[in-house]
Amino acid sequence: MTLLDVRGLTVRAADGRTLVDDLSFTVAGGERLGLIGESGSGKSLTTLAVLGLLPDGMTSTGSVELAGTQTVGATEKRLSAVRGRDAAVVFQEPLTALDPLMRLGRQIAEPIARRTGLRGKQLRGAVRDALEKVRLPEPDRISRAFAHEVSGGQRQRVALAMALACEPKLLIADEPTTALDVSVQAEMLELIDGLVQEREMAVLFVSHDLAVVSRVTDRVLVMKDGRAVEQGAVHDIVRAPREEYTRALVASARQLESALDLRSPR
Amino acid sequence: MTGTDLLTPTKGRRSRRSATLVVGCVLAGVIALLAVVSFFWLPYDAEDTSGGRLAGPGDGHLLGTDKLGRDLFTQVMTGSRIAVEAGAGSVFIAAVLGVTLGVLAAFAQGWLDDTLSAFLDILIAFPTLLLAMLIVAARSATLGSAILAIGLAQSAVVARLVRILVKRVLAQDYITAARTSGTSWPRSVLFHVLPNIWPTLVVNLALQFGLAVLAEAGLSYLGLGAPPPNASWGRMLQEAQATFTTAPAGALAPGILLVLLVIGVNLIADGLRDTLDPATRRRRT
Repeated sequence: MTLLDVRGLTVRAADGRTLVDDLSFTVAGGERLGLIGESGSGKSLTTLAVLGLLPDGMTSTGSVELAGTQTVGATEKRLSAVRGRDAAVVFQEPLTALDPLMRLGRQIAEPIARRTGLRGKQLRGAVRDALEKVRLPEPDRISRAFAHEVSGGQRQRVALAMALACEPKLLIADEPTTALDVSVQAEMLELIDGLVQEREMAVLFVSHDLAVVSRVTDRVLVMKDGRAVEQGAVHDIVRAPREEYTRALVASARQLESALDLRSPR
Repeated sequence: MTGTDLLTPTKGRRSRRSATLVVGCVLAGVIALLAVVSFFWLPYDAEDTSGGRLAGPGDGHLLGTDKLGRDLFTQVMTGSRIAVEAGAGSVFIAAVLGVTLGVLAAFAQGWLDDTLSAFLDILIAFPTLLLAMLIVAARSATLGSAILAIGLAQSAVVARLVRILVKRVLAQDYITAARTSGTSWPRSVLFHVLPNIWPTLVVNLALQFGLAVLAEAGLSYLGLGAPPPNASWGRMLQEAQATFTTAPAGALAPGILLVLLVIGVNLIADGLRDTLDPATRRRRT
């Protein structure tokens, strides 16, 4: 069953520049697709366009069907029904993705309350559960804290808990590990991997890092300058990249890895 | 506590901040107290001219009397009531109208945004005095007219500020994040946008309070404020002008109180900025 069906998606800036050009891909229920490319290749815009959240002035054409709802040109009312229920997003920078003046617990409670209608004590319990699921220590303290009072890794876990609290069919992860320390990155990826598997959620994983994408996803779509360059199973792309750009991407990832090998003591 | 200990202000610095707030509260509080007491008790009736003309301080009249023999302290007390009412009333109008307009303007796009911005700019450029004269001409010279004029003029300033603040918050990731989880626009504004513009807004409103008090004094100096016998500080200044050299108390008393109230309110605004600013609050924890 196709959960997300993007066909001929084109995003234009206010001045008429084409930022995403005739992009097509699908994500089936429970499937994981990696969206990879250098910064400015239109990855993030694609995810925003999926939810009808493009910045002011940008327009999208083509077709995006998310769980059967057309989101290109949809009304705000229609879109807000889809958001959260069918797809939720984890953003790159957790500090800016959390309201600085609202306690973290309340921010997680908001989508839970909307979805389940829980209140008071039960709602607090659900928030606690949500925080424990993302393996945060001292959920009660974190629940009462503001975003600036917890560490970067904890913030991103809170953001993940917020997205998962919606119980979406599709989790969109927009460079969720880029702003984190390398040591925390692996943990975060493992966490996303496990939680998504548990829930049989589909994932659209956006990253510029081939190594990160290949850890979490089954299939990958390579983007450059707003266009799809190559699409296929992760191991095929890594082993036998067909396009020039993909080859360069794989080569540079390998180069980094071999540099590590050379430096590590044998 | 995260790793931002380096930024934690020392204790002395923080207490100096709250000192600003305390001094401001004391200054404004004294005048607020005078205003509140004036509702229940005044030394003399407002039209009691038994004191003899231009009597000096003392002899049953704490500050002396004016040229008609009315008690100056009584006038100063009613004046502080009028000043506080003018400040509060104008800021209330400015806050309600300004925030509503500002939020709407922030959401408006294209030509509507341009039109609203131009309208606000014209309203800001429009002299408050002229606006007050128009309103007085349409209604009558009452305190209400003055408050309405000042409030309207200030709401444009507040609206322009709110528009910018809201636009800045709307561009933040956490608004997008809230919307991706399905939060509706009204809810986002109520729970995410307004709390985040609140610190800046409340400081600005405190400043507007001081400006409103000054503006009301100016209007009543010109005879566009509260009508006699309710003495407002502005009219007291105007009436005492001719006799300033012989009986300075009539001008000094309202003048000094006016300055104290405005300084007090501005200090409160300053203190609020330091305690409410998320950037400083971030370091307190």
